[in-house]
Amino acid sequence: MYPRILPLTVLVLSLPALVAAQEAGHIKVSRGAVQIERAGQKAVATVGAAIQAGDLVTTGADGSVGITFLDNSLLSAGPNSVLAIDRFAFDSTTHQGSFESSLKRGTLAVVSGKLAKQSPDAMKVKTPAAVLGVRGTEFLVRTGDPKN
Amino acid sequence: MRSLAGLAALALVLVAGCAKPARDDLYVLMPGQEGKTGALSVESGGREAVLDQPYAAARVKEPGRVEAGVVTPQEAQQAFGPALAAQPDRPSSFVLYFLEARDELTPESKLVVGSILTEIAKRPAPEIVVIGHTDRVGSVPYNDALSLRRAERMRDELVKAGVAADRISVAGRGEREPLVPTADEVAEPRNRRVEINVR
Repeated sequence: MYPRILPLTVLVLSLPALVAAQEAGHIKVSRGAVQIERAGQKAVATVGAAIQAGDLVTTGADGSVGITFLDNSLLSAGPNSVLAIDRFAFDSTTHQGSFESSLKRGTLAVVSGKLAKQSPDAMKVKTPAAVLGVRGTEFLVRTGDPKN
Repeated sequence: MRSLAGLAALALVLVAGCAKPARDDLYVLMPGQEGKTGALSVESGGREAVLDQPYAAARVKEPGRVEAGVVTPQEAQQAFGPALAAQPDRPSSFVLYFLEARDELTPESKLVVGSILTEIAKRPAPEIVVIGHTDRVGSVPYNDALSLRRAERMRDELVKAGVAADRISVAGRGEREPLVPTADEVAEPRNRRVEINVR
């Protein structure tokens, strides 16, 4: 009996761990109006809130936000910005994985982390008009209609 | 004839008006803070620019039109001020060394603990990652256990000093990641360490 039940128990117990593993980073700076949109639900982005792959982070006209990711990448967005965290996977032992984000609108400052250091193709930032390949360190992105 | 020419001129103005850039995308490579500037490739509609100098910039007015240039530090600040001001503090890293075969810090490393606590205290929503390592004296399983014990000992010290336990994650890497590579069974004080990353 015991050996038959054990694998099932392990499976059930490990499910919450899998959900928690989606965590990609945390909000460290939040000024003015900042929201996290996850699965259609919007929440105010408070300092300390977790960011997951799939999240959409938006700032209002007076808003700005700073996020530190698990690989030590730093992303910060200025006012009227829409930032999608498309994909985040990071193996803290090997430093391999991938990090893809899209700035749909607004301004973004990036300091890349361990993922980009380990592999030059691991980190990508997209905008509606361009794809950025990150070969390390620090850069700025502005995209969108000039009237906005 | 006059009015025809006028119409043509008007049409030109209209066409020029339509050709007004639909976008005002700007991509800027910044100097790295550790003195190393990286590189950024900007690809749009099959065209690519590679930025590899500080303040090198690419403008994309429409997909497929990538104009390489430079911006001044002032222009970068003007265009990206609020985004730059919202950058989180950069993660900082500390290394503490241990006495041989023990989870006891060297006297010098005991002095570093205070500055780690200061660093944690000044950060919003701090996260602390504690990673233990050993030298290659002893078996791999022994060193796995020792490295984890060292990391846990440091976590306990931080918790005792008032850091919330749920902010700290702990790992032991045993003898796998020596700071100084050695043959097996070599005592190397620099490998008996715990890294503490604060972000």
